[in-house]
Amino acid sequence: MTLVVRGVRPYGEDAVDIVVSDGVIVELAPPGTAAGEIVDADGLVALPGFVDLHTHLREPGREDAETVRTGSQAAALGGFTCVHAMANTSPVADTAGVVEQVWRLGQEAGLVDVRPVGAVTVGLGGERMAELGAMAHSAAQVRVFSDDGKCVHDAVLMRRALEYVKAFDGVVAQHAQEPRLTENAQMNESELSGRLGLVGWPAVAEEAIIARDVLLAEHVGSRLHVCHLSTAGSVEVVRWAKARGVQVTAEVTPHHLVLTEDLVATYDPVYKVNPPLRTAEDVGALREALADGTIDIIATDHAPHPHEDKDCEWAAAAMGMLGLETAFGVAMETMVVPGRLSWRELAQRMSAAPARIGGVRTQGHELIPGAVANIAVVDPEGTYLVDPTKLASKSRNSPYAGRTLPGRVVHTIYAGTPTVLDGALS
Amino acid sequence: MKHLLSTADLSREEAVLILDTAAELAAVTDRSVKKLPTLRGRTVVNLFFEDSTRTRISFELAAKRLSADVINFAAKGSSVSKGESLKDTALTLEAMGADAVVIRHGSSGAPHRLANSDWIQGSVINAGDGTHEHPTQALLDAFTLRRHLRSGAGDLSGIRVAIVGDILHSRVARSNVLLLKTLGAEVTVVAPPTLMPYGVESWPCHTSYSIDDVLPDVDAIMMLRVQAERMQAAYFPSSLEYSRMFGLDSARVARLPEHAIVMHPGPMNRGMEISADVADSPRSVMVEQVTNGVSVRMAVMYLLLGGMQEEI
Repeated sequence: MTLVVRGVRPYGEDAVDIVVSDGVIVELAPPGTAAGEIVDADGLVALPGFVDLHTHLREPGREDAETVRTGSQAAALGGFTCVHAMANTSPVADTAGVVEQVWRLGQEAGLVDVRPVGAVTVGLGGERMAELGAMAHSAAQVRVFSDDGKCVHDAVLMRRALEYVKAFDGVVAQHAQEPRLTENAQMNESELSGRLGLVGWPAVAEEAIIARDVLLAEHVGSRLHVCHLSTAGSVEVVRWAKARGVQVTAEVTPHHLVLTEDLVATYDPVYKVNPPLRTAEDVGALREALADGTIDIIATDHAPHPHEDKDCEWAAAAMGMLGLETAFGVAMETMVVPGRLSWRELAQRMSAAPARIGGVRTQGHELIPGAVANIAVVDPEGTYLVDPTKLASKSRNSPYAGRTLPGRVVHTIYAGTPTVLDGALS
Repeated sequence: MKHLLSTADLSREEAVLILDTAAELAAVTDRSVKKLPTLRGRTVVNLFFEDSTRTRISFELAAKRLSADVINFAAKGSSVSKGESLKDTALTLEAMGADAVVIRHGSSGAPHRLANSDWIQGSVINAGDGTHEHPTQALLDAFTLRRHLRSGAGDLSGIRVAIVGDILHSRVARSNVLLLKTLGAEVTVVAPPTLMPYGVESWPCHTSYSIDDVLPDVDAIMMLRVQAERMQAAYFPSSLEYSRMFGLDSARVARLPEHAIVMHPGPMNRGMEISADVADSPRSVMVEQVTNGVSVRMAVMYLLLGGMQEEI
């Protein structure tokens, strides 16, 4: 069967017909010339399907918040063709059995590549290394390891993990949060936290861990990935490390590119997230770093929570916000529309680089003949009004409710098959 | 004004109105029948998620003196301690027709959530939320200051007040700094650097690490309770050192201007932030603060629930 994405502009360049056969791009033909099953994309922009290195799918354990299936649906609607499912499930994804279960659920849903992330330590306990090798060699072929939600704060354990994963070209993705400096922390530590009487989460608690980890990675010659950078100081540390030749990559979430701590003054827990929303200066530094490549990728940290975990007082609320269905719009608003990133650069940040960091060979390909046909077709002129009740995610904790984001994901093609057509699951 | 959540929400005029109303209502307390019919038929709920006998009974007495029906809903021994959420508790109170909810909660911002949610329709009065604010305490402090230093009228222009102690964790300090500034007073917060909030330099007050530096230049000194667990968390080395460096004893009181008053929101740690002889000395107005608390809380409920001035 041949699929033709008609009249589409790869990376916003000249219009072509992308011809897809057997899951692979076979030809870029002049627009309107190719025959087959037509997906109308006249004037729209084609990008390689997005790859999320940081997604919480909540299954197993919290199927009331999200399942692999609903999370996959949200991902596809957001233009993603691959997500990395974080390990902080219940039970924790710290054994081959659990990662294979998540991987199999992803296969069954069949909407995106679901790549399980393995825990670094048993039960995210930060004390004993989990069986990283078993997870790497399981059917799930885990390459990214993270205790996300918790920091691997023990320096020796972090060093060992960085070393150990070299055997199977894995990478440790660190949630950089010095635990003692952030006990019971509720928001960014700032003048505002002092005024609101909320326990502060100081920037130094993130920056100090990143500084330690880049030096450890340099010392042992390992790859390090830093999750959700949130401060200007973290950017400086990563920039310094990259200049030294340290093999470090870094991600930023959409919400840290657009939201600031001022929102916490509402005490509305939809804005409670870890790491916390920071200042406008931090947001500026993060955008700049994403533009200049200091930060390699956008990763959503999609964190679904059931209504009751957000419909309460601030301190009792869970941390985290949805991201899959709004990531592209936020990237458009903060990076593409203001001219900080070209389409090709955006494709790097949301597809090629995360695929490379995660070791996913079938994703992040350039849109050329021979590539696996993972394609996001977007309308740069369209807009997307965020209505949490209409999200595919099982949860509703989007901080963008009522907001209109520029750009719209129109079609998503996963391994040659349309998963989303005209903004709806097909 | 529907709710009282933060003293930041009060204009100078509103704050003075509350103090003036409290002064008029205080006269009622001196009558043999200490009761007004103003809030007859209205229901006030004291919703206390934290233990606080003195604040709760102060609100209770205030509501009763205005003839309101009062329900006390304490976390201990109720469904709250069994894990019922703030929302469910609020929905229950709403269903029972509460006209005002006086809330004390350990989580900063809980009264804001209550007021800005669709859980309840009535007025919300913040009776202390986490380490955020305690507006009626600040109002009763302002009332006490005005009585002693401004003959009980107008605002607090030019009055110099030092607030000494655990500023970082103090909702009393936050509410007072904001309210006293609004009323024209000049405030200095005094604490060891570890007990100063991050960003305190942008607060509308002065800061000092030395109680001795500020003593000669204040009209009132307000001592805050310092909890022993702060020592465990290494905010200061020992209670003895804290007491030596920041405690108010009679030697330090002797260096205050003669007219200056000593305040404390209670409960006190005698021998820690304040010595027993100072606490019991004529300079101390702590007992009067408690009395004034009832009047001020009467005024707040009266104004929020729409009582008419002529009825007093």
